[in-house]
Amino acid sequence: MTTMNLSRRRFIQNAAAAGGGLMLGFHVPVSRAANSLARPITAMPEGVEINAWLSIDPSGLVTIRVPHTEMGQGGITSVAMLIAEELDVEWSKIQCVFADANRHIRNNREYKVMSTHGSQLVRLQHPHLMQAGASARERLKEAAARQWGVERSAVEARLGELISGNRKGTYGEFASAAAQIKLDKEPAIKTPGQWRLLGKPMQRIDIPHKVDGSAHYAIDTRIPGMVYAAVKASPVPWGTLKSYNFDAIRNRPGVIAAVELKAVPGKRGQPDLQNAIAVVADSWWRAKTALDLMPVEWDGGESAKASNASYYREGRAALNVKGTPTKDDLKAIEAVQTGKKVVTADYERPFETHARMEPINATVHVQKDRVDVWSPTQDQSAAVLLVADQLKVDPKIVFAHTMYLGGGFGGNGGGGTGVTRQAAEISKQVGRPVKVLWSREEDIAQDKQRPMGLARLSASLGDNGLPTAVVTRGVWFSQDRINQVGPATADYPLFEMPYSFPLRHHDRHNLNTHIPSSTHRAPGANQMGFMQESFIDELAIAGGWNPLDWRIEMTKDKPDWQLVLKTLKEKANFRTDLPRGQGMGVAAVECHGTIAAACATVGVSRRGELSIEKIVIVLDAGHVINPHAATEQAEGSVIWELSHAWLGGLELENGAFANTNFDTYNLMRINQAPVVETYFASSGGKKWGGLGEPAGPPVPPAVANAIWYATGKRVRSTPFVSHDLRWT
Amino acid sequence: MAITLTINNTSHTVDVEPETPLLWVLRDTIGLTGTKYGCGVAACGACTIHVDGQPVRSCQTPAASAVGKKVTTIEGLSPNKNHPVQQAWMEVGVPQCGYCQSGQIMSAAALLARRREPTDLEIDAAMAGNICRCGTYQRIRQAVHIAAKKANL
Repeated sequence: MTTMNLSRRRFIQNAAAAGGGLMLGFHVPVSRAANSLARPITAMPEGVEINAWLSIDPSGLVTIRVPHTEMGQGGITSVAMLIAEELDVEWSKIQCVFADANRHIRNNREYKVMSTHGSQLVRLQHPHLMQAGASARERLKEAAARQWGVERSAVEARLGELISGNRKGTYGEFASAAAQIKLDKEPAIKTPGQWRLLGKPMQRIDIPHKVDGSAHYAIDTRIPGMVYAAVKASPVPWGTLKSYNFDAIRNRPGVIAAVELKAVPGKRGQPDLQNAIAVVADSWWRAKTALDLMPVEWDGGESAKASNASYYREGRAALNVKGTPTKDDLKAIEAVQTGKKVVTADYERPFETHARMEPINATVHVQKDRVDVWSPTQDQSAAVLLVADQLKVDPKIVFAHTMYLGGGFGGNGGGGTGVTRQAAEISKQVGRPVKVLWSREEDIAQDKQRPMGLARLSASLGDNGLPTAVVTRGVWFSQDRINQVGPATADYPLFEMPYSFPLRHHDRHNLNTHIPSSTHRAPGANQMGFMQESFIDELAIAGGWNPLDWRIEMTKDKPDWQLVLKTLKEKANFRTDLPRGQGMGVAAVECHGTIAAACATVGVSRRGELSIEKIVIVLDAGHVINPHAATEQAEGSVIWELSHAWLGGLELENGAFANTNFDTYNLMRINQAPVVETYFASSGGKKWGGLGEPAGPPVPPAVANAIWYATGKRVRSTPFVSHDLRWT
Repeated sequence: MAITLTINNTSHTVDVEPETPLLWVLRDTIGLTGTKYGCGVAACGACTIHVDGQPVRSCQTPAASAVGKKVTTIEGLSPNKNHPVQQAWMEVGVPQCGYCQSGQIMSAAALLARRREPTDLEIDAAMAGNICRCGTYQRIRQAVHIAAKKANL
């Protein structure tokens, strides 16, 4: 029995008993073996809270409160490993619960960060998570030292036991005393050479819940008295609702109400409400059927004129005009204009969508003195604040219940976006708990998309075939020209290229669209990495260089790039002499502090059918705490990027997206999936890069580069499937 | 309209329109939420269940069409995660976000029920209707082979 079947009474009891760590959603008995079985929650473990992150019960069972989201990236396991490393406790004596976002807000951001994005959990949060474990360990030692009348330094903490000479005790025995102790000075956290657990491949502890349907996602929320809402927002984002006729459907079975949702004038940010109409019914199917049958008229305004074609026209025109420089060097421009041998190429990519497998949804229960929220978000604390803002209530009465997330990929930030506001608003208006679920068509049409982008890259070559100057221009579209999410909508790979070019100029255009955008796994790098690394191959080949040797030559002064590229050379057996119809290609892109290099092996039939056979990935994130989960993330990132580059591409027509389900917006399937081999070339030291995203961006250019070797055809736009790859 | 369905060997009488997709009867009426909504147009496989042992997309299966048949969902695949496919899935660590995996496992179980030792090509053909946005395909292939070995022991 898990959360959502709990009666409200029971649910409140659990919330209270947890001391703020809501024992909701799941209980993870940590696996010693991959097939150990998950135990259902029967009661909260008795335990003493040592600090916000952990409690210890008399038997020595440690409950870790995980502040972050689990969306398959191994977040729960990473947090548990980081704390267990310092606490020094048997892996089998740990269980995890999600931390309480209400407590976090109430106690002045007690968990420091609850957001889970930017591949940041390990690379940026490891110091304070390890600190929580180290601090608890030292307090346990101090408690034992005081009881035994010895110095703390004479007590050793090891795998759940405290030992001094012939005296021995367990963490469970000393937990109460440790909870009372304040340390004069916090201990230092371990350095990588001292790790016992970190760095070992650990099976993810959420796995057993994900093979029998017992893992609960926000979409699975069921609470007594709950009703369901289906929603349609203006198909042209930020359009207005002209009319709707509720009378036409009000007598249909189960229909309860229609609720109009209105955008707030002047507020067009990512988590704000769009103009929309909702139908509320006693089941979602009845709500959706009624909504589909209800006559609704929209006015898309001027934005209804926009299309892929109009945006490409605008973007191509901008490529001919100097933009805002980030690296302004007139000498570079002049060198390229007057060069003896010049290479220039334009690249373009369409909008792409997140389409996480769990369609966007949220459940909110608004009551007089309490609001409960189930939101599929990458930041539960943001969901609390967003709902409080929508309802104009004190965030302290808003409780967010963290569930497993059915994919995030950067699309579920900001508290779960506008859907959470919709659920709050509808629950308030109908006076009942409401689950809002977007149909897949709505999910894609109203997603915060990865923006469309274009780039022009030019270089002049010297006598040795290497570039003397490089000039680049990035163009992308963002809503109201607001660069809402930093590099997500930007072109940073183009101006942060690692190569040692003698002269360099970069400028950019941020063009206007009505389409909301958001971070999308490996933001910026996912789009412009293709432009960068496709061009590098064009440049290397024009200069008579092997593209992999070119990259090694041009990063000679960067030891970590040398490590990654030379490892790729060793592992991938990159060749440029394969027979026609076969090809290999390489590429390398830095993202979230991690260098990722890829080598693709492809086949192209004479009829032009592409098959992607193998992708070799080499990563330098500095350190890898869980090679097992990190490898899974690399494999997933490869498929993610290939889906878009090979098959994807949203089609904007009359201001709205035309391909909004999986029969028209194509994603990679198992029969198209390559074999992925992952290697870590970790440079160590102070470097901590992310691992949830960076393996993706070098893959599309590696494939495009391989297609060139296979066919002689240069693919400068995506999806690849739209190109004629026939050869004779 | 009241219709009676046999789901995981238990009889349920539900009051729904007969054309209501089985998916929503399972999830919202009965509360078996392990079967997932992904697309509603039978294009992603997240809602895959077995009807009389055959894999079907429950989002496109009218509830009334399952009357008198044996419906099996992920919750009823095995009593204790001990179906060879579930065991193999845990051994390999297939799921990432896990959302599509009920459908993946039901498709794989149906494949193994008709092919004792499927090849990679047969696995690809049988599983191509199931999208995994996390990209666990390589591990799915590996786990199906392991499950076949376990089932044939």
